[in-house]
Parts: sequence; C-alpha cells; structure tokens
Amino acid sequence: MVELALPKNSRMTVGKTWPKPEGATNVRVFKIYRFNPDKSENPRVDTYHLDMDSCGPMVLDALIKIKSDIDPTLTFRRSCREGICGSCAMNIDGINTLACIYGMDEVKGDVKIYPLPHMPVVKDLVPDLTHFYAQHASIMPWLETKTNRPQKEWRQSIEDRKKLDGLYECVMCASCSASCPSYWWNGDKYLGPAALLHAYRWIIDSRDEATGERLDDLHDPFKLYRCHTIMNCAQTCPKGLNPAKAIAEIKKMMVERTI
Amino acid sequence: MSYKTDLGRVLGLGSAKEGVHEWWSSRVGSVALIPLTILFLCFVAPLIGEDHSTVVASFQNPFKAIVVILFLLVAFKHLADGLKEIIVDYVHGKAILPIALVTTRLLCYFFGAAGAFAVAKIAFAG
Repeated sequence: MVELALPKNSRMTVGKTWPKPEGATNVRVFKIYRFNPDKSENPRVDTYHLDMDSCGPMVLDALIKIKSDIDPTLTFRRSCREGICGSCAMNIDGINTLACIYGMDEVKGDVKIYPLPHMPVVKDLVPDLTHFYAQHASIMPWLETKTNRPQKEWRQSIEDRKKLDGLYECVMCASCSASCPSYWWNGDKYLGPAALLHAYRWIIDSRDEATGERLDDLHDPFKLYRCHTIMNCAQTCPKGLNPAKAIAEIKKMMVERTI
Repeated sequence: MSYKTDLGRVLGLGSAKEGVHEWWSSRVGSVALIPLTILFLCFVAPLIGEDHSTVVASFQNPFKAIVVILFLLVAFKHLADGLKEIIVDYVHGKAILPIALVTTRLLCYFFGAAGAFAVAKIAFAG
C-alpha cells in the first residue's frame, strides 16, 4: 500500500530555536526543515527570527540572510534569483514554489519552509531530483527529425510557434510533480506533470517528425494515465503554466489515433 | 545494490501500449450514465412503496426493462473500471495487486449480471 504516514526515521522533531536579533522591532519567525544525512537523527524544524527591516522581500532573501548571518549550515539550492533557473523550488507555507519569486507578504504568520514533498532529501531543503531528471530525459527532449537537415534552420510558422507558448517556459523546478498525489504514489512509473508537459512541447512542435513514436512511448497505463486531472500541478506552478492541460491534450491525441 | 542507470530505471520495461481504450471507455461510460441514471430514477423511484403487481407491470414494459438493465450493466462496468484505477493507484504489493484487481472485477460483473437477471426475471416471469 502507499505510505500515508512518514516512516519513523523521517518524522520531524522540534529543533533549535535561534536567538532573536537584538534591537529589532520588525521580527518575523521562520520555521525551517533541517536534515543532515551524516547524523543518524530524525529531521527537525529549526526556528529563526529575522529582522525584516534589513532583509529583502522574497523568501530566498530571508534564506540567504539566515545562511549569511545566523546559521551557515542551512543548505538550499539557488542561482538566478529571478525564477529562471528553477533551483530554489521548495514548499513554502504549504505551496510548492520558487523561493526567489515568492514574496514574504504572501505568507501570513510564521514562514514555514520544507523541501519539495515526497522527494528524497539530500540535505535540509535540497531534494534529490535524479529520478525526475531521468524522466525528463526519457521523453527525448530534443527535436527528432527524419528529413535531411536543411541548409539553414528548421523553419516554423508564427502560428505553429505560438503552440509552444505555455510549454517552453517550464524551468523544470519540479514544483508540479512534487505536488501531484499520483506522482507521490507512483512516481517510479508515472512520468509526472513536468515530464509530460515537456513531452507535449515536443509532440506539438511542427518541426518534429517523431510524433507517433513519442505517443507510442507514452501509451502506457502508468507513464501517462496515472494523471487523474487533480490539477495541483496547474495550481502550484510558479511560472503559471498548466501541465494538466498539456496532459489532457496528449490524451486527446491518443484517442484521435484510434477513432 | 544495482548499477542500472537512472534513465534505464525510468525506461523500465517500456510502454505497455495500452491505456487509451480504458480511458476512452471510462469517458463514454460516464457520459452514458447521465441519461441512464436519470431514466433509472424516473422508472424506479415511483415504484417505492408500490405493491408487487405494480412493480411487475412496470418492468414488463420493454423500454423500462431494457433501460434498467443497461443502467445496471454500464454502472457496474464503470464501477469495475473505477475500482481498478483506485487499486492501481494505491495498492502496490506484487501479490495483493492481481488478487485485488481480479476480485473486484469479478464481484462487479457478478452484481451487474445478478441485477440484469433480476430485472429480466421480473419482466418475463413476473
């Protein structure tokens, strides 16, 4: 059966409460998941207090400030700080999103920060995305052609290019897949919303000549049909994309091939 | 311990090349159940509290009997398909999975057939 409760060694305990900054009048509380694989301890939730008068407005600003000023052992991924690289995906106040573009004004009360749910944790807020990236690789995320390569570029009309809008913007942050119950229970075989959105991005590309093979590969009760249109993916996507719609379009194309 | 690559693990046994038929038949079944359920309720609800002869007379109308039988068959087929989806989602044990799948399908088909037989018996034998 699926695991509806965390295993004993994954259950969270109350962690350290770090001291409040002296003289600060505008203090915000952060409760952050901590896990160190080098210690045989359960994960814990540490409490930090930040002076918001000397901190930027985004959750990533707070994490960087905590790491710089309070606790250098806090581990998280980040790079571009503008929602392009997808590195800083985490669960903030119950929502999978990118810390760099999630404003702290959107959170009421304490700011609770956890790693992406149902992913193996490498350390603190860093999930292991190895399987997620392998699933992306499995859908052949490149242009596949049989016609001889043209002298110049593969041409595409403006109308056909527009079909890629809402698909190409995905930054592979894994927020959607980590929010999908079907992916939680069957992530080993179900490709998940991110990989399927990318699959559709290449299926619908007018220049691609492997549409049939791509649909053949997805024609599977697990790879594609574990999606039950729960829509968590569309609700959580920090880029405002709709993987559920892309998956529905793939399912429609599957039917079009048979009737 | 396995040195299988991550991509090899994801590709696994490859595509089963099935799923679209079940997906499509579940959609067709759910759409078909809208009018069938309405008609079923229209035919059966007024019979609640009626005496035996009234119920028999009602089911001896061929249209009513056929609609009720169709409703039962489509509803139990739809139930079997839905239960299969739930079991595949949540039951992962290699031993229990096929047992759960076969048992639920057989039970659904049995109850659907029993319902259809009951209506046919009333229609033909009173």
